[in-house]
Amino acid sequence: MRGRRLRPRGSRLLSFNATRPTLLAAPGVAWLVAFMVVPCLLVLSYAFFQRGVWGGVEYTFTLENFARVADPLYAKIFLNSARIALTATVVAILIAYPAAYAISRAPRMSQPILLFFAVLPFWSNYLIRTYAWIVLLNREGLINNLLRTLGYTGEPLSMLYTESAVITGLVYNYLPFVILAIYSTLSRLNPELMEASRDLGAGPVRTFLRVTLPLTLSGVAAGGVFVFVLSIGNFVTPALLGGGRFQMVGNLVYDQFLTANDWPFGAALGAALIVTMIVLLLLQARATAHASGERKREGER
Amino acid sequence: MNAKNRLTATCAAAALVAACLAPGAASAADLVISNWDGYMAPDIAEQFKVATGLEIEVVNHATNEEVMGKLMASGGKGYDVVFVSSPFAEILNGQGLAEPIDKAAVPNLANLYPEATTLAYDPGYAFSVPYTWGTTGLCYRADLVEGTPDSWMTLLQPTDKLKGKTTMLATDRWLMAAGELAKGFSVNEKDPAKLEEVKNLLIEAKKTLLAYDDTTFYSKLVSAEASLVQAWDGWCNYGITENKDIKFVVPKEGSDLWIDTIVVMKSSENKDAAMKFINFILDAKNHAWAAQNILYKVPNKAAMESLDKALAEQYPNMAMAPADLVKYELLRDLGTAQKDYSRIVSEIKAAN
Repeated sequence: MRGRRLRPRGSRLLSFNATRPTLLAAPGVAWLVAFMVVPCLLVLSYAFFQRGVWGGVEYTFTLENFARVADPLYAKIFLNSARIALTATVVAILIAYPAAYAISRAPRMSQPILLFFAVLPFWSNYLIRTYAWIVLLNREGLINNLLRTLGYTGEPLSMLYTESAVITGLVYNYLPFVILAIYSTLSRLNPELMEASRDLGAGPVRTFLRVTLPLTLSGVAAGGVFVFVLSIGNFVTPALLGGGRFQMVGNLVYDQFLTANDWPFGAALGAALIVTMIVLLLLQARATAHASGERKREGER
Repeated sequence: MNAKNRLTATCAAAALVAACLAPGAASAADLVISNWDGYMAPDIAEQFKVATGLEIEVVNHATNEEVMGKLMASGGKGYDVVFVSSPFAEILNGQGLAEPIDKAAVPNLANLYPEATTLAYDPGYAFSVPYTWGTTGLCYRADLVEGTPDSWMTLLQPTDKLKGKTTMLATDRWLMAAGELAKGFSVNEKDPAKLEEVKNLLIEAKKTLLAYDDTTFYSKLVSAEASLVQAWDGWCNYGITENKDIKFVVPKEGSDLWIDTIVVMKSSENKDAAMKFINFILDAKNHAWAAQNILYKVPNKAAMESLDKALAEQYPNMAMAPADLVKYELLRDLGTAQKDYSRIVSEIKAAN
C-alpha cells in the first residue's frame, strides 16, 4: 500500500495545464455572470434603498427594508413557507426512494425506459401541469366526478384551495428530480456490499438501514435540498392551487414587485430567500463531500 | 482547424450575428401604443393606417404597475400613448409625464357623455381621455342563490348554503373595497383605525371563502363551483354569455367607479399623431368595438347609443345610465397609503 504513492501529491498540480479548460469554460461563465449574477446583484442592491412615493426607487441608503423582513408578519410567512417546503420534501423523498429503488433493481435493459417515464412530466410546461391539478381536484373536477359515478352521493370533496393541494402540486412537480438523484446513488452502489451484509447475517431490513440507506444519503440530500429550495420560493403553485388563500414567500416577493410597487422591500425579501438557499446548498455540499470522503477512505483500505 | 476553415467559420459567425441584429433597425412606427392585450380591435393598426396613413406599433402590458414601472424608469421615453387606469393617470400627471390633451385636435371629445367631463381625477380632460368605465358588484347564479343578494355582507358573511361557494377579487384595491363598502367607509380610506376594522372583517370572511380569484371567477359560476362572486361588471358579462342564470347586481352600500384612460406621454415626439389616434378611438364606430367585443361600458354617448338593443337586453349592466354610474365612488391614487394596503392584504392572505 505504501509503495503506491511514488510522487508526492503536490507535483500533480504543477503538471496540470489550466489554460484550455479555462478558455473552454470562459464563455459559459461570462454568460452566467453577465446575465445572471450581475442582474441579480442589481436587483438585490435595491434592498438598500427606499421606495419612491410614486413607486420607483429613491436612492437614499437605508437598512429599513431588512428590518421589515424581520417583522412578525413576514417572519411568520417565511416560517410557514419553510414548513410547507419541508413537508413537500419529506413526502417527495418517501415516494421517490421506493420508486428509485425499484428502478435500480429492475432489469438493466428496462431501467432507461422506466427513468424516461419518471421524467416524462417535464416534457410539458410547469404551468399546464399545475392547471391539470385544478381540473383534477376542483369540486366539479375529475376526481369528484369519478366518485359520483362510483356511487358517492355526499357533498363533493373540497380538495382544491387547501394547503394539501399546494403540497401535492409541489411534490408532483419536483418528484422526478428526487427520483433521479436517489437513483444515481443507488445505481452506483456496489451490490457486493449488500451481499456481504447478508452473508454476515443481517436480514434485508437491517441491510437496508445499516448499509444501503447510509450509502445513498448523499442522493437523498441532493434531491431533498433541491425540492426544498425550489418549493420555498415557489409562487405559482400556491397562487393556483391555494386560490390565493396562502401566502408563501414567493407570493410576497411577487406582490412587492408587481402590485405594491415596493421594489426595495421585495429585493430585501429576495435577498433573505437567497441567503437561506445558499446556506442550505453549502450544508448539503459539505455533507456530500464528507460522505464521499468517507467512502474514498473505505475503498482505499 | 486550418486557416481557411477558420476564416470561413468566422465569416459565417459574423453573418449570423449581423442577421440577428438587422431586423431591429427596420421598424419605424409613427406611434408606440401600450395597452392591455385584447383591449382594442386586433386590426386597429390597419384601420388607423387606412384612415390617416400613420403606422402604429401596439405593445401589451399585463398590469398597470408593469407599464408604470417602465414609464417611471425611462421618464416616458419609448412610448407615445399608454392606456392606464385613472389612479395611475393621476400619478403620471403628478410626475409631469402626461401631455395636455390638445382639444382642437380631438373634436370627437364631443361624443363623450357630459358626466365624463366632470370626473374628479381629471375634470375637463386636461391630461387624459376616458376609454372604458364600470363598477364592481356581485355576480351570482340566480338558480343557486335565494333571493337577490343586495349587500356586500351577503358575500362577506354568507349563509350556510353559500359558505365555501364564494370568491373575492384578489387585487388589493377591490379586495379591500368590498370590506370598506360593507362598513360604510370610503374606497380610498386611509385612516389606520378604520383599515384595521376592515382587515378584521376580511380575515373573518376568508374563512368562508372558496378562493381569491381575478380571472376565472365567472367560469367557477358557470361550472357551479361557486354561487356568488365579487366581479367587475364587464367580466360578469362573460359569465352571462355562457349561462343565462347568471346575474349582476350592485349592492345597496354602493360600489367603486373604475375608469381606464388614454394618456399621451410628454416625452413623445409624435404628439400630433397621438392626438389623431385618440380622435380615431373616440369615433362612435371605433369606440363601440370595445362595448360590443369586450362587453365593457364606454363613456362615449354616440357609441353607446349606436349599440344593438339586443346587447343591452342580454347584458343588463350595459344599459346602466351614466348618471347612476358616476354616483359610485371614484378610485383614487392612495399615495403612501398604498404600502399599508399591501401589508394588510398580505396579513389577510397569510391569516388562517
